[in-house]
Amino acid sequence: MSAAQTAAGPLLAVSGLGKRFGGFVALENIDLTIAEGERVGLIGPNGSGKSTLVNCLCGTLRNETGSVLFDGRPLDGLIAHERTRLGLARSFQLPKPFHTLNLIDNLRVPLLYTVNARPGHSLSDADVRARCEELLQAVALADKARRLPRDLTQVEMRKLELARAVATEPRLLFADEAMAGLSPSEVEEIIAVLLRLNQQGITIVLIEHIMRAVMSFSTRLLVLVAGQKIADGLPQEVMRNPEVERAYLGE
Amino acid sequence: MRTGTFLIAAALVGLAIVVLTRIFFTNEYFFFAAYVVLQYIVLSTAWNILGGYTGYINFGTGAFFAIGAYSSAVLHKLPALLKTFDILIPAVPLPVMIVVGGIVSGIVGLGTGYLTLRLRGVFFAIATLALSVVVQTLIVNWDYVGGSRGIYIIRPAQAPLGGGYIQYLYTLMMALSVISVCIARWIERSRLGLGFAAIRDDELAAEAGGVPTLRLKLIATTLSGALMGMAGAPLPYYVTYLDPGSSFNLAYAVNSVAMPVIGGMTSWVGPIIGAVILGTIQQLATVTISSALNLLIVGVLLILFVIIAPNGIMGLISARQRRRAAIIEAAVQQRQAAA
Repeated sequence: MSAAQTAAGPLLAVSGLGKRFGGFVALENIDLTIAEGERVGLIGPNGSGKSTLVNCLCGTLRNETGSVLFDGRPLDGLIAHERTRLGLARSFQLPKPFHTLNLIDNLRVPLLYTVNARPGHSLSDADVRARCEELLQAVALADKARRLPRDLTQVEMRKLELARAVATEPRLLFADEAMAGLSPSEVEEIIAVLLRLNQQGITIVLIEHIMRAVMSFSTRLLVLVAGQKIADGLPQEVMRNPEVERAYLGE
Repeated sequence: MRTGTFLIAAALVGLAIVVLTRIFFTNEYFFFAAYVVLQYIVLSTAWNILGGYTGYINFGTGAFFAIGAYSSAVLHKLPALLKTFDILIPAVPLPVMIVVGGIVSGIVGLGTGYLTLRLRGVFFAIATLALSVVVQTLIVNWDYVGGSRGIYIIRPAQAPLGGGYIQYLYTLMMALSVISVCIARWIERSRLGLGFAAIRDDELAAEAGGVPTLRLKLIATTLSGALMGMAGAPLPYYVTYLDPGSSFNLAYAVNSVAMPVIGGMTSWVGPIIGAVILGTIQQLATVTISSALNLLIVGVLLILFVIIAPNGIMGLISARQRRRAAIIEAAVQQRQAAA
């Protein structure tokens, strides 16, 4: 496991988490821990509950059972923006840019509402501007700073989505299908961005279908099938797991 | 321009218009008509704070407006009521009524927000429509303010600031217009406005970016409601006979939606343009053709704009600017490539 792991305990600890939609059990009794600095791949077939899990952890949905500890602090009952302020960020499966705001303003939202809302932080207007440009530079969007999101290509939209999540200065980032629908070279670009973020100290959970991307990125794999965690371990070992094979390839 | 500078500039412009019109127009009717146009600047600006900035469509303008009007009616009768308990207070001055009307409507806005803001899109709009019906029913059954019979309000014999009472009302409404436009412009350029825009564009993404969406939406409903109430507070003295039928008139709700849509909802200028154009056309039509034509004009214009220019007049202008900027950018790139 990552050398960056601290002795203080895991960054995220989920125990007994469950979520139902009416009679449908979306997630059942999920236990997992994520250590500081890890790169975790979260995989599973469509409808297995990956995005629901992210939504529960980020406060978009309320889980009925179980509890979530983030850096030793219970998150239960906190709403999404409070969790973001604690350092839990996410990108959305379908990019959700603020479509009437240019790229700079898209990034100013998390900077003003998350970074500046944390105690002891107060970026001046000039700081915010510089930080926006820095963030756009990091994802090669600096020359489109004044454009609206609708002028972006699909891969640029994904990058904006990541940049906006990173702008919150998170400790843990959920990248929810950040590469869906991209070409192989574009997938490489996004992976490179994610690896760089991880090197900067952000723990990353990658939810992804593209196995090549997951295998090259992750130091650990979690597998969800039908709302249950069926495997958790080193990528190569998990892929050899007969249960995982069955879920992916059928009997 | 800084907000403070803008406030001073807007106040000076308002003052100049008031002074000039009061010198050059002797016909009282001008002030009756101009009052209505100014009232719509306040209403459409207030509507736009919630509808344009945060994207929550409110069909309950009539309710907030009437709450302001009726709170003035109550304050108007208050000295007489207190006199029966041997408490003597002087007549409540109109500016105080405006403040009280704003506070009452703001509180109703906050309460409505609390109850309805978990609803999204069309459900929120329906809830605000229902609010109108509920408030109207309450007023109709409240005998102290005249119930469905209505209530006569006798204007004070003396108007402050010289001139007739209608000139006084006109001046007050100009002040309210200046205040509400300054508030709208300040919001637009502040952190609050950025948060509102994020909510309008995508509420989930706004939450994920750390925006406390519920709190911001409550601020929007409160502010919007308060300004609408302030616009309604002088109404009893304007009409001198206040009844539920006219104070809850559908025209207030329709106009305060139509004006920002026609002018453009993303900027503080839009509601002013919409209110001036639509308000003036309506006043002219009332005099020259018939007052029944008003809503027809609004309806036709609204349909035209929704089809041809969904972002309003300001949207047309900014689209043109963007096209020109794109052409210039392309030319610059071409030159760089050639060099």
